[in-house]
Amino acid sequence: MKAFAALLDRLVYTPGRNAKLRLMGDYFRRAPDPDRGWALTALAGGIDFPHAKAGAIRGLAMEQAGEELFRLSYDYVGDLAETCALLWQETGTADPPTLGEIVARLHGAGRAETPGLLASWLGHMDVTERWALLKLITGGLRVGVSARLARVALSEAFDTPVEEIEEVWHGLAPPYSALFAWLEGQAEKPDPGALPVFRPFMLAHPLADGVELEPSAWLVEWKWDGVRVQLVSRGGERRIYSRSGDDISATFPDVLEMMNFDGVVDGELLVRGPTGEAPFNDLQQRLNRKTVSKKMLAERPAFVRAYDLLMEAGSDLRDQPLTARRTRLAAFIERLDHPDLDLSESITVSEWAEVEALQAEARRLGREGLMLKRRDSAYEAGRVKGLWYKWKRDPLTADCVLLYAQRGHGKRSSYYSDFTFGAWRDGETGQELVPVGKAYFGFTDEELRALDKWVREHTLNRFGPVREVEKALVFEVAFDSIHMSSRHKSGIAMRFPRISRIRWDKPAAEAEALDMLLALAENDAPSHEIS
Amino acid sequence: MGAMAKGLKPEDWLKVTPAGLYCAPGDFYVDPVRRVDRAVITHGHGDHARPGNKRVLATPETIEIMKTRFGEDAGRDLQDHSYGSTVSLDDVALRFVPAGHVLGSAQVVIEHAGQRVVVSGDYKRAPDPTCPPFEPIACDVFITEATFALPVFRHADAATEIAKVLAAQALFPERAVLVGAYGLGKCQRVIALLRQAGYDRPIWLHGAQRNLCDLYQRLGVDLGELRDVAETDKNALAGEIILAPPGALNDRWSRRLPDPLTAMASGWMRVRARARQRGVELPLVISDHADWDELTQTLKDVGAPEIWVTHGREEALVHWAESNGIRARALSLIGREDEDD
Repeated sequence: MKAFAALLDRLVYTPGRNAKLRLMGDYFRRAPDPDRGWALTALAGGIDFPHAKAGAIRGLAMEQAGEELFRLSYDYVGDLAETCALLWQETGTADPPTLGEIVARLHGAGRAETPGLLASWLGHMDVTERWALLKLITGGLRVGVSARLARVALSEAFDTPVEEIEEVWHGLAPPYSALFAWLEGQAEKPDPGALPVFRPFMLAHPLADGVELEPSAWLVEWKWDGVRVQLVSRGGERRIYSRSGDDISATFPDVLEMMNFDGVVDGELLVRGPTGEAPFNDLQQRLNRKTVSKKMLAERPAFVRAYDLLMEAGSDLRDQPLTARRTRLAAFIERLDHPDLDLSESITVSEWAEVEALQAEARRLGREGLMLKRRDSAYEAGRVKGLWYKWKRDPLTADCVLLYAQRGHGKRSSYYSDFTFGAWRDGETGQELVPVGKAYFGFTDEELRALDKWVREHTLNRFGPVREVEKALVFEVAFDSIHMSSRHKSGIAMRFPRISRIRWDKPAAEAEALDMLLALAENDAPSHEIS
Repeated sequence: MGAMAKGLKPEDWLKVTPAGLYCAPGDFYVDPVRRVDRAVITHGHGDHARPGNKRVLATPETIEIMKTRFGEDAGRDLQDHSYGSTVSLDDVALRFVPAGHVLGSAQVVIEHAGQRVVVSGDYKRAPDPTCPPFEPIACDVFITEATFALPVFRHADAATEIAKVLAAQALFPERAVLVGAYGLGKCQRVIALLRQAGYDRPIWLHGAQRNLCDLYQRLGVDLGELRDVAETDKNALAGEIILAPPGALNDRWSRRLPDPLTAMASGWMRVRARARQRGVELPLVISDHADWDELTQTLKDVGAPEIWVTHGREEALVHWAESNGIRARALSLIGREDEDD
């Protein structure tokens, strides 16, 4: 438990991605089984302990400190697991159990014995171990690690491509002993066999400015504005995987129901609107939900537009050229004959100017851009050079006024590098600025230094790491699109905003009006977002 | 102690006023927040010692600290008075007793009309190589701080925390280990603790830390060899330990250092959110204030039937006192802040 607690503790205070990878890698190489497997499970999404919940911890903490002192402490600290860990009185120094023992005991214990079990461990742990234990059982470690990052750490620690790890990942179960045995070279690569496992996606490079391709060698299709998914159906088991390799099946029961086939399809998940596919914002309402209501299913039905076919009836098609896979994909869709799986049509072009014309139309048509794929390309994991390109629609831009600046993280912690900007609207006492977005990249290092200096010299108010500045600096902000949102004061949300130019020359009064931004919104009614 | 004269109670002659705690029969204020005729100062921190009072009474070390910080403005008539011996101010007998907070810090023991009140100022019970330890004095009323008065605050053993600094320094020879520490007391204590742990290389200082470190050395606290960051080039600082005021940690000044690893020595570092808010990579729970156990132990040690609680988390300490049969009230003094401690 000590090593796992130390790992979580370091992860909390370490801002950099590379440093986090190194910390996790060190741990995975050194810790024994099954501890490291449970640590991996916890980092990659959590371990469920049905009888150890927040209520049990609250009860223990109140017993320790008394109701009033617990309440005051919790108000101050703001986190239940940490409050309890901090106020617990150590009673002895006996060796605390290992992570593996803790998991086994908690899984075996009933509701009644769980609090006593926890209390007996807490007294023998130091404050970091107590915190780690309580975080572990309340779920949500919040140490800035995703499942994907944990897999990258494994990949670096054991010098194995992350795609190979992702390929076996979903066929394995905690505490992942077979995975570690393989990574350490002591066992064969786990064989997913008939399991509906994830296959790493093939990804595209952005098309560089001014590059022209020879149209005959390339397949051109729209880049649809949804989320990329992989549909896997095999031996009666069905799964939907996201780009990061997470299992999102539970979120899309309507798509699962359609998957009456034996194969692996790569495609874009979209929701249906009155005239074909709805804007991305409508799809967003359905993302990240563990359960989905009937109303939601009826109002925003999901479907998949297929790009590629990776497996069919147990045979792997990934080595075949794209054109061959596409022919099989078309027949596959026709056989399934279901309205919720259709084909992303390839677009016939004979010269490059037509491709340029299509790209220019993407925004009007509500498409994210174009995809260009070499007709002879095999389906290879990751971002392979020279095979697939994406050419996104040109961003929109608006001149906005800097309102607040916040310190960055890690190497940028001495710089004001996160910027909130606003647009004008009619207020009760005349024109006022309302925040419309936030961006923290798009500028050069030199520009960052100049911005930092400007912020420090034009500060009106300080709120911890945030400074309110004079309303005097204009940014040209580039963004992919705008959506109505009831969650934001301005009523709009920007997608992918970045600072494209600093308009040192432009007076703030000439910046954009909120009305102009509202007119760009792709959906027209404020949507009800529940987070 | 002893019989209460004519039914007079301590709150009749020691009162909270807008200028601070005022003792009428001695005509003096303790740690006034406004300029007054006669001020008794517990210690040199800015929210206790302020410039511009006419007459100042404090320990010799506190007087020196005030002169270093305020120069000419430290006070017109500075009267130093050592720990232990009694001085009479009109109808009041007064003496200083070590508070263990920083060099020169004192509890003010005030006796009047057969009653004894102890104004403890800020204090701690943990050992500190830079100042004499807190002495508990039996009294009728004990006036206590409450900076860390919640059971979640239990400061670690300072030596364990210092070991973390040395471990980080060994682990990252290419980085400068930058330790944020309040300029009076904490900075010198961290240096002295590093020396106790056997670290004998030069320790580097941000310019703002220099004067008080020099004063400590002059007053006999050995801090070893100290050098100024300003007088060297950036690359020479890789693998070195640097002490800076907390405000400089993430400020422009720190950019000159090679990939600094930011540490911060403060009791607040016990709470993760506070440490992360400050962008601290290595939190060190080292405090010059009493933690929860020290506060409650002190109330037991002094045995006062009544306590007055000044600044901090008064509610929790008042609750604890009342649950333990001690009368307690919150004084709500203005001008006291949670310092970077």
